Amino acid sequence: MNRLEVKNLACERGGRLLFSNISFSLNPGAVLVIEGRNGAGKTTLLRMLAGLRSIEDGVVSFDGLSIEQLADAYYQQMAYLGHLNAVKYDLTVSENLKFAQQLSTVVSNIDDALHKVGLDGYQDTLSRHLSAGQKRKLALARLLCIHKRLWILDEPFTSLDKSSIAMFEGLIHEHVSQGGMVIITTHHPINLPDSILLRLTL
Amino acid sequence: MIMKWLHKFSSPPYFYALSGKLIKWLSVLLVAFLAAGLYGGLVLAPADYQQGDSFRIIYVHVPAAWMSLFIYMVMAVSGTIALVWRIKLAEIVSVCSPPIGAGFTFLALVTGSIWGKPMWGTWWVWDARLTSELILLFLYLGLIGLYTAIEDKRTASRSVAILALVGVVNIPIIHYSVEWWNTLHQGPTVTKFDKPSIHIDMLIPLLNMAIAFKLYFAIALLMRSRNELLQREQNGRWVEEVLEGK
Amino acid sequence: MHLRAFGAVIVRDLLLAFRHKSELVNSIAFFILVVSLFPLGVGADIALLRKIAPGVIWVAALLATFLSLDQLFRSDYEDGCLELILMSPHPVSLIVLAKIMAHWMLTGVPLTLIAPLLAGMYGLENSSIAVLMLTLLIGTPILSLIGAIAIALTVGLRKGGVMLALLILPFYVPVLIFATAAIDAQIAGFPVSGQINMLLALLALALTLSPWPTAVALKMSLS
Repeated sequence: MNRLEVKNLACERGGRLLFSNISFSLNPGAVLVIEGRNGAGKTTLLRMLAGLRSIEDGVVSFDGLSIEQLADAYYQQMAYLGHLNAVKYDLTVSENLKFAQQLSTVVSNIDDALHKVGLDGYQDTLSRHLSAGQKRKLALARLLCIHKRLWILDEPFTSLDKSSIAMFEGLIHEHVSQGGMVIITTHHPINLPDSILLRLTL
Repeated sequence: MIMKWLHKFSSPPYFYALSGKLIKWLSVLLVAFLAAGLYGGLVLAPADYQQGDSFRIIYVHVPAAWMSLFIYMVMAVSGTIALVWRIKLAEIVSVCSPPIGAGFTFLALVTGSIWGKPMWGTWWVWDARLTSELILLFLYLGLIGLYTAIEDKRTASRSVAILALVGVVNIPIIHYSVEWWNTLHQGPTVTKFDKPSIHIDMLIPLLNMAIAFKLYFAIALLMRSRNELLQREQNGRWVEEVLEGK
Repeated sequence: MHLRAFGAVIVRDLLLAFRHKSELVNSIAFFILVVSLFPLGVGADIALLRKIAPGVIWVAALLATFLSLDQLFRSDYEDGCLELILMSPHPVSLIVLAKIMAHWMLTGVPLTLIAPLLAGMYGLENSSIAVLMLTLLIGTPILSLIGAIAIALTVGLRKGGVMLALLILPFYVPVLIFATAAIDAQIAGFPVSGQINMLLALLALALTLSPWPTAVALKMSLS
């Protein structure tokens, strides 16, 4: 069964203990919201869960294997969206998505993904001509066209307007109802049914 | 067993206390070997029949050149340990070594050049040994630069370790290519850094000096490591105890 | 599957370079400029120029490659694509190798192609020019491979600059020595296979040994 488990995770930065004793498990069909004030280490925690930052203390395991053991196999299951959009300005919208697909194992239709995020008809536009919000949407569309069970989203709603946020919440709901998992940090109150929401405060 | 010992030794408070004692004993040894080496080299050893007294600079030059490579090896070995087992102390040893190594390399270059003046009539000759030392100095400076440029000290130490390992693979290649280049461009001129069949009276002071230099390195390394350890662990309770206890 | 990702990275990097030509042209322009400045400094005596040609052209190629390397991971780091690439289900060292190959196609190959023109200006014979091109063809990928390690170590730093030269250029010494020695040997009428074989050995070594530390260094720079 797909399941993310975290045991006794701790992180030290610059000689200061950022957080310690973080333990939780996340099952398919659930959204974990990570909350905390600025500087509490939300981004650091997400980067550790994404395998971008080495884990000094504690264990993060997926399907019972630690993500360090899984290495590349973990990335068949996990997609990460950080502060940066990872959008190449000199590539068109569809070229950006196609590149992400070529790096992945299971993919789905680009046009459908663009339709879902409301970027219909932008396929051949150079990404540099998109607005900030549209670039964020393009990054979201990438999540939709590479099939990964676990989404790790760091402030995904930045520079999105209200209706786009609602649209995105709908997509998250759809993802978890199909057996996906989501870990998210956000400053916006998140509008999803309480039955699927878990909260962790740093 | 070894790992257990290693972990005990590498625990910061234990290392700090032990190294404090070690430094005292090593200093005594250093003075003894240095005195023996200098007296043997400058007074007892006979003058060279070709170079007269000016050859005596080898008692500094040769050990310094040995040290310049030796320290690189120490750095690479501790760097490997730091990368594989993530032992903090190994990280500290590998980042505290480059400045000392750079110092010895610089010393080897300067003494080599001073020695060259009466021999060649000029301060600098593109001799294979001197050129290799010069490149080695650049490598050391690069390591120091890299360490100071990266803010997070743990990342910085690991970066230094990687670069040191890359250097270990490359140094023999660089060394070989420079020697080859030297014979190609200079023809079969005799370089006086070639291994001479050295007289036993000259050899003993040389070995004494080599041991003295190694002791100096050990002392300097321990002192720098203690300093670095205190800085890195400044929030640790043992540091507080150490600073208040004395 | 891995091969498709390998190809995708190369194609993407080439495409980006052609959409953003200034960086592509910069290193070539630098190469030509440096080589053309030397005669102004040392005089136009063709015998002297012929003698220094291998060294001058190779040092210029070394510096041009070095300068262009800064861009290897920079833009991918700044826009977040590097994270995307590292978090793909492929060995990072393979992806890194793809990026290095793309970089070589954009610098090493043009340098090799433009070199005969400059060598002609220095009065080199055609047979020597052929050897020069051969050394550049084998030597420039080594430069990209070795340089990538240091670039990966410093990709997160704003103040690369002079330090980067200390990190990279000393490692270029063997390539410089064997490459110029090959050309010198050819000019003097000796066989060059020994030097060329040394260069090939260095290339094989760099190909096998350099992607791995580059990958480790990149992951470290991102954490």
